[in-house]
Amino acid sequence: MLGYAGRILHVDLTSGKIWTEPLKEELARKYVGGIGLGMRLYLDYSKPGVDPFSPENPLVLATGPLSGSMVPTGGNGHAFVSKSPQTFGVGEAKAHGHFGTELKRAGYDAVVFYGKAEKPVYLWMDDDSVQLLDAQYLWGKSPQETEDAIKKELKDFYIRVASIGVAGEKLVRIACIINEKTRACGRTGLGAVMGSKNLKAVAIRGSKDIAVANKDRLLELVKIQHERMKGPAARKYRTLGTPENVLVLNALGAMPTNNFTGAVFPGADKISGEYLNERFVAKIIGCSSCAMRCEHIAVVPEGPYKGTTTRIEYEPLWAMGPNCGVGALDAILKGMDLSNYYGVDAISIGGIISFAMDLYKNGIVNKETAGLELDFGNSETMVEMIKRVSIREGFGDILAEGVKLAAEKIGNGSEKYAVHIKGVEMTGYDIRGLKTAALGYAVSFRGADHNRHGAYGPDVSGKVNRFKAEKGRGKLVKETEDLYAIIDSIIVCKFSRGTYVKGYDDLAALYGAVTGIEMSGEELRLAGERINNLGRLINIREGLTRKDDSLPWKVMHVPIPDEGPSKGSYVSQEELDLLLDDYYEVRGWNKEGIPTPEKLKELGMEDLAYIIKDKPESRKKHAKTED
Amino acid sequence: MAAVPKAEAAKWKLVSCDPEKCTGCAVCEYICSLDKENVFSAQKSRIRTMRIHPLINISIACRLCSPAPCVTACPRDALKQSEQTGVIMIDDEKCDGCSWCIEACDYGAVTLHPEKKIVRICDTCEGDPECVKWCPEEALDFVTRDIIAQKARLAVSKKLFKEAMEAQGIKP
Repeated sequence: MLGYAGRILHVDLTSGKIWTEPLKEELARKYVGGIGLGMRLYLDYSKPGVDPFSPENPLVLATGPLSGSMVPTGGNGHAFVSKSPQTFGVGEAKAHGHFGTELKRAGYDAVVFYGKAEKPVYLWMDDDSVQLLDAQYLWGKSPQETEDAIKKELKDFYIRVASIGVAGEKLVRIACIINEKTRACGRTGLGAVMGSKNLKAVAIRGSKDIAVANKDRLLELVKIQHERMKGPAARKYRTLGTPENVLVLNALGAMPTNNFTGAVFPGADKISGEYLNERFVAKIIGCSSCAMRCEHIAVVPEGPYKGTTTRIEYEPLWAMGPNCGVGALDAILKGMDLSNYYGVDAISIGGIISFAMDLYKNGIVNKETAGLELDFGNSETMVEMIKRVSIREGFGDILAEGVKLAAEKIGNGSEKYAVHIKGVEMTGYDIRGLKTAALGYAVSFRGADHNRHGAYGPDVSGKVNRFKAEKGRGKLVKETEDLYAIIDSIIVCKFSRGTYVKGYDDLAALYGAVTGIEMSGEELRLAGERINNLGRLINIREGLTRKDDSLPWKVMHVPIPDEGPSKGSYVSQEELDLLLDDYYEVRGWNKEGIPTPEKLKELGMEDLAYIIKDKPESRKKHAKTED
Repeated sequence: MAAVPKAEAAKWKLVSCDPEKCTGCAVCEYICSLDKENVFSAQKSRIRTMRIHPLINISIACRLCSPAPCVTACPRDALKQSEQTGVIMIDDEKCDGCSWCIEACDYGAVTLHPEKKIVRICDTCEGDPECVKWCPEEALDFVTRDIIAQKARLAVSKKLFKEAMEAQGIKP
C-alpha cells in the first residue's frame, strides 16, 4: 500500500494528547482518500446531532493517495471535512497548492482534531514530532500574516501552512481555511469549525520519502498526462482560466445578476476573461506537480485599489461582480483579496452581500438598519461589506450567519431573497435555465455547489435541452457526481478532468502505479458511488431529508426576465419532484432519498445500515411505494 | 586548485531557469529525486524551487562556477570540478558532510542528503538533464552561458522594439 502514508494522526485539543493509528487497507480501498476517507473518518469519530461549533464536532484533514507523487495535479491536494455550520450536514472542502504534498511527506494520510483548546494554538507537524504551540500572538492575524509569522518563528521558509483568518476566529459561518496565501478550502464554513476549536493553523514540514509501486509505469502515465495537459483538454485553464465563463454564460442567459434577479450582465465585456488577461493578469502559476498551471495572478494597475495582487477565478468574480451588480473589476479584485485576508469563502461572501442588497432594494432593510446604502452596483459598499461581515460589525454580524440563518433572524419575507441550498449560498450558474444542473445543485450533499457534480456540462454544451426537466437527467447527474467524488478523493484537480480520456480507467491506472493496489475503472467508479452514498448517509444521520434537496425560492418562482434564449425559464416544484424521483431511482434510494439496504449491501456498506435502520421508508422499493 | 582553461569553461552547459516562464510547480524536484534516488523527495532533489511571491518563481541548480567556491571551501578535497563539463564531482568516501561547501555556495545549489549525510550537487544527468526534459513550461534549459546571454538579448530586443516591429508587420 504505497502512496498512502499508512498513518492517521489524532489530536485531542482539549487534553493536548496526540497519537497515531494505522490506516486500515480496507478503509483506503473503499474510500480512497480525500473527501471519501475524510467523511468516513468523520462519521466514525463523531456523534450524531452535535452542534458544528461544539468541541464534540471533530474536524478532519485528509490527503489523497497520490499526494506527494508526481501525478500532475495529484501530488498536492488536501481536504477538510466536518459538520458544516451552514448545512448542519456534512461539510467538505478541498484545496491544492503545496500543503497536501507536505502532509504526506510528513507521513500522514489524515489528521483528526477533537475537542477545543483552552487558548489559541497551532499544530506544528515536523515529521514524527508533533506538538501544539501557542497561537495567541497569531490571533487576529490574516492567513497570509499567520503563514509568514509561523515561518519566521520556526525559521524555515519551506514550511507549509493552512490557517484561518479573523472570520474563522469570530465563527463567521462562511469562514474558510487558507493555505499558501491564495488557496482556499472555501465552502461550507469549515474555517469557523476550526475557529471554534481555537485552532489557528496547521504548519507542516515533511521530509519523508514518497515511494511508488511502479516507477517506470508511473512515468509513462505522467508523460501521457503532460502531453494531454498541453493540449485542448486543458486549454481553457491555461489561457483565459475560469473567467472564460463570463462571456460564455452571459451569452446563454445563464449568469445570475443582482442576487438571481436577472441572468444577463450588461457590463460583461469589462469583466471577461479576455479583458482580465489583457489588463490585469501578471502571471499564471502552478501547484506542486501540476503540468497545466492555471492560477491567474492579477494585479490592479491603477486607481484606488492599485497594487492589489490576488488570485482570480470565475466564481468569486461572479459573486462579487454581476451578482452584486458590480462591473468594476478593480473593486472585484479587491474583494477577492479581502476575502483571502479575512478568510471567508469568496463565493458565499458575494452571495451574502447580494442578499443584503436585495433586502435593501425591497425595503426590508434601510440605511439605518443596514448602516450603509446597499444599492446593487455600488462597488465601494460591496468592498466595505466584506469587512463588516468578516469581523461581524453592525449589520454584518447578522449576515455573518449566512443568508439562510440571517433571513430567519431578519424575517419580513426576507427568506425569499436568501439564495441558498441547504444553507450554502449559490454559485455562478443560473440554474433556472440549466435544469440538469438544477438537479445536481439540489441533491449535492454539501449544499449549493457546482463542484459536487459537473451537471451544467450537458446543459451548457447543448447535449440536452437545458430548459426541460425530464427523466434521464438523474442518470446524468449520478454519473458526474460519482466521477467528481473520485476526483476529490483520489485528489486530482477538477480542471484536469478532461485529460482522463478513458475516465475511471485512466485514474485507476495512476492509482495503481502509485499505490500498487490494482483496481479496475469499474471498481473505482463503485467507490465514487460509495462516497456519494456516504455523504448522503451522514446527512441522513444529521436529520436532512428530501425537503432539503431543494432549490432557492427565486429559482422556483421568478422566471428569468432578460431578453434572450433563457427568458421565462424557472424550475417549478413539479419539475423538481420529477427530477428528484428520477435521480433517487437511479441511485437506488427510496422516494425519501434514503439509500435502500440492498443498495448499501451492493456497495459493501452494510456496516452503515444502522443509519437507515430507523427509517421505515428505506425498506420499501422506490417504484412500489404508495400512490 | 588548478584553474580551468577559459575556452573549456565557455563550453559548459548548466541548467538555467527562466523565471518569466517558471510557475513554481516543482516538477523538476519530483523528477530529479525520482531519477537519482527512486523516491519523491524535495530534500533529495539536486534542483530546488522557490516561490517568494506568487509573481516570483524560480528553480535553482548548480551554476558551474569557475573557480567553484564549493571546491575551494572543501577541507577534504572531496569536491572536484570536471574540466570537460564543469560538473562538481563528489567523492563520497572523502565527504563527511561538514557543509563548508553549502555555506560557500551563493545559490543554495549544494544540499546535504538527509540520510547519507554527504552533499549532493546537480550532475546534469551526464549532459541530458531530466528536469529540463520534464519541465512542463519549458522554463528550464540546458545551455552555455553564451546562449543564456543570447536569450536575454533576444527577449530584451523583442520587448524594446515590439511597437516598431508591429508597425513593420514583423512578427517577433
